[in-house]
Amino acid sequence: MAGSTLAFAAPRSARSDERASTVRRLLRSPSGAVGAALLAVLLVAGFGASFVTPYDPAAENLAIPVHPPSLAPVADGVHVLGTDQLGRDVLSRLLVGLRISLVVALAVVPLSTALGLAIGMVTGYRGGWVDVALMRLVDAQLSIPTLLLAVAVVAVLGFGLSQIIAVLVIAGWPGYARVVRAEALALREREYAAAARAVGASDVRILARHVLPNVFPTVLVLGTLHLPVVIVFEAALSFLGLGIQPPTPSLGQMIQQAQDFVYQAWWMPTIPGVVITLVVLAFNLLGDRIRDVLDPRLRGLGPV
Amino acid sequence: MSEYLIRRMAFSLTAMLGVITIVFVLLHVSGDPATLLVTQDATRQDMERIRQAYGLDQPLAVQYGRFIARIARGDLGYSYRQGVPVTELIAGHIGATFELALASLAVAIVLGIALGMVAAVRRGSGIDTAAMTAALLGTSMPSFWVGLLLIIVFGVKLGWLPISGYGGVDHLILPAFVLGGFYAAQVSRLTRTSLLEVLAQDYIRTGHAKGLRDRVVLFKHALRNAALPILTMLGLSFGQMLGGAIVVETIFAWPGMGRLAVQAVLGRDFPVVQGAAIIGAAVFLAVNLMVDLVYGWVDPRLRGAAQRA
Repeated sequence: MAGSTLAFAAPRSARSDERASTVRRLLRSPSGAVGAALLAVLLVAGFGASFVTPYDPAAENLAIPVHPPSLAPVADGVHVLGTDQLGRDVLSRLLVGLRISLVVALAVVPLSTALGLAIGMVTGYRGGWVDVALMRLVDAQLSIPTLLLAVAVVAVLGFGLSQIIAVLVIAGWPGYARVVRAEALALREREYAAAARAVGASDVRILARHVLPNVFPTVLVLGTLHLPVVIVFEAALSFLGLGIQPPTPSLGQMIQQAQDFVYQAWWMPTIPGVVITLVVLAFNLLGDRIRDVLDPRLRGLGPV
Repeated sequence: MSEYLIRRMAFSLTAMLGVITIVFVLLHVSGDPATLLVTQDATRQDMERIRQAYGLDQPLAVQYGRFIARIARGDLGYSYRQGVPVTELIAGHIGATFELALASLAVAIVLGIALGMVAAVRRGSGIDTAAMTAALLGTSMPSFWVGLLLIIVFGVKLGWLPISGYGGVDHLILPAFVLGGFYAAQVSRLTRTSLLEVLAQDYIRTGHAKGLRDRVVLFKHALRNAALPILTMLGLSFGQMLGGAIVVETIFAWPGMGRLAVQAVLGRDFPVVQGAAIIGAAVFLAVNLMVDLVYGWVDPRLRGAAQRA
């Protein structure tokens, strides 16, 4: 901000400048650029190509089971990445599975964020016995190994897409709540919060106008670090047979089914694994970079 | 010190009470807990018997109190599917999990710290880039996939190692590398960051200036001071591994707690799932309690910090 006369007009444009430079700083580093490019390709594949797959992902063709990847046409056409044990086209199933993974991650992360943010902000700001009780609950939940907790919740809720989203949200929110609470606790003592209180601002207003904008960068960083974790958990649960159920394809489930074919068809478990790794890698590269740009203090905190 | 000890133990106890509460809520959130506690082919009389035996016809507050009392006495319920008490089942599986976790911890420490140190010392070099790329890949590859790839290469193609089951040291190698390798990747990244921070300190320059050998400065001065965050991470990792390395145990048919829990869910054997979650959390809390006490003893500055937290 150049001078005091400009100060009232400046904020809006200054903020968009700031945003532009954040994006530029993200992309300037090779890891950030590679992550962003990789993610763009995967998003196009997951939300574009998966709707125009070469074959129906559920169409079986028992004439060509466990066909290796090849460009030469077999039976009903070309199967670039081969076919699975029921003769279904692997590429088509892969694209739909990728979409399912992305849908789960893009549903779980905002939902856990919203829940953790709301609970963390309110308890941190208000304090009192609710705060104590909820934080003890968070401590307790964080002491059950995450996958074990997810497995226990699956045992109650059952299998399926909406169930898996619910399970991962239940497992995910405490990480946010704990960090947000600590920030809210510090922020409410700040001068500007006290000033707002002094001029009669309501608690809701202080939370929305003064606390929320200040915890937001932290939450954004936690969210990007949470995305790859969700992708892996969904794949792991589906691999264990506790997640997405057939006939809906998912990457973890494809690996599980390929397990019986490790002797004759090494490519069957290999291909979906490569895709999971690429998704996680893209989110990890981008997440690391976003953390370094937005909130270097969180370095070493690791994923939620 | 004793005040710190008491506070820290009180924290673990309340967390454990919270865990039991979460499990209690899970049991009741489905509507009728009796349906979760019996096998699918149970008759109406079986259900009635369960309801009475567990007091499921009592008010919730009474049930909650009894639930806590039951667990405090070491009674984790009964697996109707397997026909044995849950504690017995868990006792039969916890040893294998402990063995796997110890071996994996060794892999994580040796591989992780070595990679991280080399990367930090040769900062910016090709070795650094290679080590950190390997670490990034290690944290990005799902463990069940790495496990299958290793099975294909070392078990199927080369035929060097057994690919599943429990037995001698050779059975332990693949699972320990898969589980430990994942944590090694994280440890190496943390070791590098932490060591780089310490290497920039004045006392390191002083050490070099007074003519100490590089190795002495690195091991006696730098590594010791960089060790605290690494220890924290190792403690957390070990706790997680002991809670049941669910995925790795499943791929390698390792007869541990994690595999027990997954089979219990697939077989609708809720008492076992519940017991595994409680024991998994108890072990995790116990390991972290020990790690924290070791710190308080190693670094007195932390005692005050832990009290404020």
